[in-house]
Amino acid sequence: MTDASNAAPLREKKSLLVVDARTKKRNAAEARFKMYGIIAITLGLLFLAVLLTTIISRGTGAFTQTFISVPVELREDKLDKKGNRNLEDIKKVSTFGYNPLLGDALSAVIAEGGFTTEITKSKELRKLLSSSAVGQMRAYVIENTDQIGQTVTFDFFASSRVDGYIKGRVTREDLARDKNLSAEHLDLVDQMIEAGVVRKKFNPSFIFGADASESRPEQAGLGVSMLGSLFMMLVVLFLALPIGVAASIYLEEFAPKNRLTDLIEVNISNLAAVPSIVFGILGLAFFIQFCGGYLGIAAMKASAPLVGGLVLTLMTLPTIIISTRAALKAVPPSIRDAALGVGASKMQTVFHHVLPLAAPGILTGTIIGLAQALGETAPLLLIGMVGYIASNYPDSVLSGFTDPNSAMPAQIFEWAKRADPAFYERAWGGIIILLVFLMTMNIIAILLRRRFERRW
Amino acid sequence: MSGIVLLLIVLGLGALAFILARGKALSSVGGDQRALHSRPHYYGFSASILTIAPAVALMVVWGFGQSTLVQSSVAELIPASAIAEGQTVGLLMGDVQRIANGLDTAVAEGALSSDAAATLSTGADDIRGILGSVGVALGADVDPAILKAAQSYRAMQSSGATLRMIAVIGVALLGLTYGFMQTSATYRARNSVERSMRWTLIAAASVAVFTTLGIVFSVIFNTIEFFQLYPAKDFFLSLTWSPSFGGGSELGVFPLLWGTLYISLIALMVAVPTGLFSAIYLSEYASPKVRAFAKPLLEVLAGIPTIVYGLFALLTVGPLLVNVFGDGGILGVNWMQGGTAVMTAGLVMGIMLIPFVSSLSDDIINAVPQALRDGSLGLGATPSETIRQVVIPAALPGIVGAILLAASRAIGETMIVVLGAGAAARLSMNPFDAMTTVTAKIVSQLTGDADFASPEALVAFALAMTLFVITLGLNVIALGIVRKYREQYE
Amino acid sequence: MDDLRYMEMPVDQDTKISASNVQIYYGDNQAIKDVNVEIADKTVTAFIGPSGCGKSTFLRCLNRMNDTIDICRVEGTIKIDGDDIYDNAVDPVQLRAKVGMVFQKPNPFPKSIYDNVAYGPKVHGLAKSKADLDVIVEKALRRGAIWDEVKDRLHAPGTGLSGGQQQRLCIARAVATEPEVLLMDEPCSALDPIATAQVEELIDELRQSYSLVIVTHSMQQAARVSQRTAFFHLGNLVEFGDTSQIFTNPQDSRTESYITGRIG
Repeated sequence: MTDASNAAPLREKKSLLVVDARTKKRNAAEARFKMYGIIAITLGLLFLAVLLTTIISRGTGAFTQTFISVPVELREDKLDKKGNRNLEDIKKVSTFGYNPLLGDALSAVIAEGGFTTEITKSKELRKLLSSSAVGQMRAYVIENTDQIGQTVTFDFFASSRVDGYIKGRVTREDLARDKNLSAEHLDLVDQMIEAGVVRKKFNPSFIFGADASESRPEQAGLGVSMLGSLFMMLVVLFLALPIGVAASIYLEEFAPKNRLTDLIEVNISNLAAVPSIVFGILGLAFFIQFCGGYLGIAAMKASAPLVGGLVLTLMTLPTIIISTRAALKAVPPSIRDAALGVGASKMQTVFHHVLPLAAPGILTGTIIGLAQALGETAPLLLIGMVGYIASNYPDSVLSGFTDPNSAMPAQIFEWAKRADPAFYERAWGGIIILLVFLMTMNIIAILLRRRFERRW
Repeated sequence: MSGIVLLLIVLGLGALAFILARGKALSSVGGDQRALHSRPHYYGFSASILTIAPAVALMVVWGFGQSTLVQSSVAELIPASAIAEGQTVGLLMGDVQRIANGLDTAVAEGALSSDAAATLSTGADDIRGILGSVGVALGADVDPAILKAAQSYRAMQSSGATLRMIAVIGVALLGLTYGFMQTSATYRARNSVERSMRWTLIAAASVAVFTTLGIVFSVIFNTIEFFQLYPAKDFFLSLTWSPSFGGGSELGVFPLLWGTLYISLIALMVAVPTGLFSAIYLSEYASPKVRAFAKPLLEVLAGIPTIVYGLFALLTVGPLLVNVFGDGGILGVNWMQGGTAVMTAGLVMGIMLIPFVSSLSDDIINAVPQALRDGSLGLGATPSETIRQVVIPAALPGIVGAILLAASRAIGETMIVVLGAGAAARLSMNPFDAMTTVTAKIVSQLTGDADFASPEALVAFALAMTLFVITLGLNVIALGIVRKYREQYE
Repeated sequence: MDDLRYMEMPVDQDTKISASNVQIYYGDNQAIKDVNVEIADKTVTAFIGPSGCGKSTFLRCLNRMNDTIDICRVEGTIKIDGDDIYDNAVDPVQLRAKVGMVFQKPNPFPKSIYDNVAYGPKVHGLAKSKADLDVIVEKALRRGAIWDEVKDRLHAPGTGLSGGQQQRLCIARAVATEPEVLLMDEPCSALDPIATAQVEELIDELRQSYSLVIVTHSMQQAARVSQRTAFFHLGNLVEFGDTSQIFTNPQDSRTESYITGRIG
């Protein structure tokens, strides 16, 4: 082994082992610069964390709701005066006619529980409950006419103020200026909680139910608008996927290098960056005004998921084309040469060999495009999917496409705009559901990519 | 509905053509496939394309032509006396169509016989009641002239539909016959099918072009209509935006542009440094582990829909900022009156754009050849000196492109500003004031109760045109720069 | 076999770099196996060997360019002027100022010719003033034998030069920081024969002031420019000695096979 100390330098030089002042300064600058990067990343991740915790902490409340269980005597003399259980006659009793029954039932609950309260008037007592309670009773009676005369225990929604009180959103101070509920109501609620009459539990109708009017936040659900989104996504899937794939095949496999091809390419990349609201303008002017109005195509009307789907299709198309082209590009030319070499036509080569190999990539891109379309709100504002109260389920699959409906993000926006803060909770809750859908779609896309990823 | 039936008939004929042509091809060679030029099913497809394609094309063209024809001849039926003050023929045509569709519905639901529908008169029948009973609500009683127009509209439409059915089926049958006739063993069926497929592919690729054209035309026609009602000069030069649906609005775009640019500026001030430094750290410093963890997480921010950011701005960031900068806030400065403000929207939009800037810059920084880094490091430069003095200058065009794309995103963003920026158009320097943007006003002008033909509603199209032109300009420049940059290092 | 190297060691030359028992790993892969070598000052030392033999890897270790590769690990000691360059106290930045490097492909920065050369002196703070810097740049460009070609267009982009000019610019850029050792990783492999001749001539001139280590694929080049040659094969240093001796009378059969073209 050579001894390095033998080779002592002739000239006097700075030793490498001593870090000079300038290097120290430069290293400090280096550390600072690196720190900026770390700060930036941390900041980004912090924003994400704050966003997600906000959503979860403020949205989970929407999945539970306060219910009040009240045994109601369905008195025959009020509901079916003739006593012959004729459905037509029973239907004639409006929800208004159920009010006294409810008032009496509540008084009975108070008497039975031994609760002390100043409130005696039926109208005041009913403020504890959602105004949907009478409708719920009426629907039950019409469905079960044989129960008239019996005492049935209903689980009614508590009014949104009571719900807010239990969830900590509403305090006694807030109620001083509120004509919907008073502090005495809350005293009563306290006693009812103690007795187990008032309970907070999971509320499936938030997920599956219909939207409700502005005065009944406790009843509002996302179910109908979810269907609206589903129908829109079906339109997007069945239009954007074939058109996108066909366009990509042309551009990637057949297109000659000429002006037209260039024009199409530039168009696609620009469309991908056009603000989504502009697509809403297109939907309004072309699909609704021109196709629906001028050409008289009845299915093209405002608020129809079909129109929403068409607009989102045009919006998603560039995304799908870009990812499909990448997938086609990833198939090595040797595969094409092999197929052409055994005498397949260009078209056969593409459809028999290239397309199947690119399928996983195309599918991944499509799912990501769909996820993008599912969360898009702005264009839907312009084609009337906001402001429409999605309170009815579509009657059939066909009318699901053409009947006015809302969509998940549009419904969330609608709730965010309403005055009652009880709707904010539902908006956050709706976001949780929306994000669960998006997450699922993205995870499927990632799994697909992992499962079928090929290295050539 | 008749359109769908007709389409099904045509498709049925297409299927028939397939079976016939395939059969003829096979029988012409005595069932020996090898004697055919193409595989048998190509003969079938060739004939069905000939049957279906011209027929469907005719259907579409006929639809346009018939609508135009019927609309113009019905419009002539409406006497000038029926056009009230402040109304146009176009609006009345809407009524005509609504009544005609209502009558169709009534006939379909059995509330009226088709004869009765054609002979109803305003004097004798309660049109509004009849239509109301089938779920077609009318705003007012029906003017006799309008009813008359609606009835002749129906008559023309139905005779048009009958003619169309005959014509379309005729063309389909012609196509079928021709397709069948030309089927022979030597006919190059595959080439013909592939030619049609190629045209289908071209048509699909052209959808993008048609979308752009559709956008341009939708915007331009309505903008021209707007400028007929409201002077273009005032729109571009007026410094006031105060629409009033009663008339006498001032619709200057300037305050909206100011709000848009101010919010975008704040958004970029948040997103560009954060995104750029994240990208630099991830591509130059981070270990593969950190990268694999942080990059997808940052990209989650990009996958979150804008409505979520809007809600976050409205319900979380706005109130938070008021607590700091508002009346009685932590700083005691009272700069901020309400939760919705330029700052609120700008900050949240900035967060939204972080992953956009970072992933674009990441791609661009990675495209800088490693040789340049080695050259600099080999001279004894520190990594940060290398990045600042070699990598970033080399990547600069690409980064500028990325920032322009982000700016175009910010300018076109809608949900965050609708929820977070406020509704008042204002020319102010205070970032804590509520201001509004072009996109927010497009939404509010078109979702209000304004009459669709009024300048207050039509201005939305002029705003959309402004927005489209600005973002298109930015995109074209940015994409051009990025493309050139990529080519430089390829 | 090991013994051979020491027998051939000339005694009249100062040792600039001495490496002992160097092992280099890429992850689990050992790229360099137990290499001992002493590189003399004011000499051109050539590393030859077939592709993938580890000669470039070893070269990059000499100024710790391998630090930029995460999975790369170096064992053993490499000393320059007696200082262990892998000592924790050594700052790679200072080391690289002392040990410059020229790469396979000319890699001028996308800046002007002047800025390319001024870059190193600037980051190391070698110039006190603009005039000072001008002097340094001119001196470096002269040493790079490219001054006459570019003196009229110092502010034109460096990327606009021809391949050979670019490589000489890169050499000028490297010498501008006043290094003591210059490492060259196949500096002529991307150049045409005329540019190669110019660069080789330059290398010979630079020998007056620096210790040069050059990795090359071309045995002719090694024979032309170097005084000492090391032959690497499969991560081993097979033979090291005077260039004339290696090419005329190789001691190892593998060296002989390589030189006569039977392996490579």
